[in-house]
Amino acid sequence: MAALSDQLLAVAILGYLLAMICHAAEYAFGNRSRVGRAALRPERELALVGAGAPADSAAGPDPVVKVPAGSTPGGTASTRVALLGRAAVALTVVAAVLHLAVLVTRGVAADRMPWGNMYEYVLAVTFVGTVAWLVLLHRRPTVRHLGLFVTLAMVLLLAVAGLVLYVPIVPLVPALNSYWFVVHVSAAALSSGLFLLGAVPAVMYLIRNGYDQGKRSFPYTLGARVPAAASLERMAFRLHAFAFPIWTFAVMAGAVWAEAAWGRYWGWDPKETWAFISWVVYAGYLHARATPSVKRPVATWIAVIGFLTMQMNLYGVNIFFEGLHSYGGLD
Amino acid sequence: MSTVDDRPTTGPEAVEAPGRRRTAAPLALLRNSWRQLTSMRTALVLLFLLAVAAIPGSLLPQRNVSLENVQGFQRDHPDWYPIVDRLGGFDVYASPWFSAIYVLLFTSLIGCIVPRLRDHVRALRAVPPAAPRRLDRLPRHAVLTDPDVDLAAVAAMLRKRRWRVAVQGDTVSAEKGYLKETGNLLFHISLIGVLVGVGLGSWYGWHGNRLLVAGPDNAFCNTLQQYSESKLGHRLDGDRLPPFCLELTDFEAGFLPTGQPESFRAKALLKEQGRAPRPVSFSVNDPLRLGGGTSVYLLGHGYAPIVRYTDRYGKSQTSDEAFLSIDGNLTSEGVAIFPDVNIDPKTGERAPDLQVGFEGLYLPTTPAQGPFVRSEYPAERSPGLMLIPYRGNLGLDAGIPNSVYSLDRRQVDNGRLKQVGEGKLLRPGEKWTLDDGTTVEFLGTRPYATISVRYDPGETIVLVSSALLLLGLMPALFARRRRVWFRVVPVPADTSTTDRSSLVEVGGLPRTDYSGFAEEFDRLVAAARNDRTATGSPRNDRTATEEETD
Ligand code: HEM
Repeated sequence: MAALSDQLLAVAILGYLLAMICHAAEYAFGNRSRVGRAALRPERELALVGAGAPADSAAGPDPVVKVPAGSTPGGTASTRVALLGRAAVALTVVAAVLHLAVLVTRGVAADRMPWGNMYEYVLAVTFVGTVAWLVLLHRRPTVRHLGLFVTLAMVLLLAVAGLVLYVPIVPLVPALNSYWFVVHVSAAALSSGLFLLGAVPAVMYLIRNGYDQGKRSFPYTLGARVPAAASLERMAFRLHAFAFPIWTFAVMAGAVWAEAAWGRYWGWDPKETWAFISWVVYAGYLHARATPSVKRPVATWIAVIGFLTMQMNLYGVNIFFEGLHSYGGLD
Repeated sequence: MSTVDDRPTTGPEAVEAPGRRRTAAPLALLRNSWRQLTSMRTALVLLFLLAVAAIPGSLLPQRNVSLENVQGFQRDHPDWYPIVDRLGGFDVYASPWFSAIYVLLFTSLIGCIVPRLRDHVRALRAVPPAAPRRLDRLPRHAVLTDPDVDLAAVAAMLRKRRWRVAVQGDTVSAEKGYLKETGNLLFHISLIGVLVGVGLGSWYGWHGNRLLVAGPDNAFCNTLQQYSESKLGHRLDGDRLPPFCLELTDFEAGFLPTGQPESFRAKALLKEQGRAPRPVSFSVNDPLRLGGGTSVYLLGHGYAPIVRYTDRYGKSQTSDEAFLSIDGNLTSEGVAIFPDVNIDPKTGERAPDLQVGFEGLYLPTTPAQGPFVRSEYPAERSPGLMLIPYRGNLGLDAGIPNSVYSLDRRQVDNGRLKQVGEGKLLRPGEKWTLDDGTTVEFLGTRPYATISVRYDPGETIVLVSSALLLLGLMPALFARRRRVWFRVVPVPADTSTTDRSSLVEVGGLPRTDYSGFAEEFDRLVAAARNDRTATGSPRNDRTATEEETD
């Protein structure tokens, strides 16, 4: 079972990689495609498009076509390109199923929840990210171009997990043997996955915003074909607003657990400290977004910093710091 | 989201034009500073500072987390140590600068909440505001052309959907989503609750850590002197700790074949005042809850070898000091010291240079072949105790505190304590005769547990506040404040193509970022129509399709 899980991981990564390639191909050839045009359209039309269309409607009876604005009917070339995009989404779904299978087989092999060390935790977080992405895509098909960056993130994170963080299955150390393990870690993984996904539109918003302001150097050129800035910004906010209470709960559940396991609910252990930092930064983001005098790009930068602090907590603290949370399994 | 001003205060002082009335300069300065401090921008800056200020605490060793690491830093960086120490680098979370940031932040928070609370209570008691003159200027707008839409029915429909409704003449005003601000205020007030709870804990709480070796002789009672490390809240009297005594009777540890620990459990005998002693047990994740909020936590465990020394006069003494483990297989280091041996029974005089001490290395599972320096497994499969004997002056009388886990190196270096003979590995029950005919015997081991006894009166407040915080956060983030108005307007005579005499105009205003408002608005309009005419179809109505403004 454990070996199966490891092999499935390789296949899942391959799935994400293929999805990424399809997305990239669509991205590269798709400047005349419908999605490409839709991406450049202002948000108001996007909202119309997003309202009822299912995930793979780009080639079907497409509401985009109804928008007059002198659009030429999509030719066969652009349909083929759109097909690439749909293939990418299909591949992402397949990879997500495999990804789930990796977690399930791992959990069965270990006879516990599959998030007992850093390797498993990263697998769980990325899985949440993928599922949240697919849900988002289902509700707003026009964001499909972001798939390139989402799948890129998945490939990178899973590869790091498989190559650097991998540890064989062992049962939990006594300190982790508690039902709080399920509650706290699942909430943390869920919110981390959502923050991870939220970081994609946040970064793309900053890029798109720069592009709209006429910047044409490297990262900004990526902004040419992503959805409109305002809709990216709103999507980033929604994801963060959704993740923040879950993260708050995860931190609180951690404190309750710490009281039982270590005798104090808060002790400024490095992991706790960085969780606090992330919480404060994300609170700052929500705050900044509600403050009219703070410009949206500034607020979004705070979200990106929040994401960096989360990564610091996951990788930096597990690998470089000594603390009670040293269960990463890496020595 | 966008309706909040930079300064949420909407009281009279906010409207007052600056400098309209001449105020004494210091007073004006004070007032301006207060305004600055309670602005959301300042709160933002302070939040950011708080996050940044927390970082050094994770990079530098902290006294309250690990005193040893702070001492290690002192050893490794003697030049930097005093500077960093002066700056509070080893007590970041108690340092003046960290405190200053959160005190300012919470002052700002209170200054922010109070006026908002007042405004919100007012809004909750007031009726929804009257309709603007032109409803067609609002983000959502529709006109009902059905004959005689009944405003009372519209009001009832809105009430049923839990809108707050006021009927004023020919207009129905309705508002919904007050819960957003309620939640937001609850969230911010709970933050203060959390801080109060944390503060109470540090003022009135206490904790003590110690090592407890099994056996009745090693039982301890709850006084500060009995702890190797302890901390009392600033406002607490050390004599008032709850009285109880605890004796470790057994310790169960389970390990996997790889040596990874699987389960721990400490068994103990608890004696509380006025009650018969009773057996208790506690574990990691399952502390021993004593009455009154005090708990005993299991932090670690190890072995205490029992060593018996028989001196030149045939008198025996036993030591069962705890050995500290140095690796995962519980290879443990420690000492067995016998300061009061070799006392001539005739004179009763102590020979200060005939004290005896052993440096020891305990291996719960001794390797089959030497060198005997590392245990192979954490459980006692094949215990062995490596002892190195020393004789001379142990240096205990000098009054200089010394670790109880090692011999005083200074005494060894200046020659007053001499190693006598090579080390030897003893098995349980094995006896070893030293060069002077005295003997040392390894009798076995006792388990020990490291425990923490803790009392934190703020815990409950923090927990309850946190729960309320979360409760408030959800509506604060997800509820939407919005308003609708229904108004009956007479149809201008010249445009009236039917026999209708009046129309109903509807306007909607989302007060926060709310992309679903258009649909909700349309549903309301449809419901208003259906209430009147059961067959009403929305298709022949003009429904505005403007996107909401953000
Ligand atoms: C301990 C410090 C603080 C933290 C952690 C914090 C956190 C938050 C969070 C997470 C939100 C988002 C919830 C929401 O959107 O409703 C929020 C909203 C808000 N905060 Fe704070 N806050 C703090 C201090 C302050 C202070 C000092 C003020 C006043 C100057 C303030 C005023 C507001 C306002 C007006 C909103 C509502 C914005 C809106 O939703 O329209 N907060 N705060």
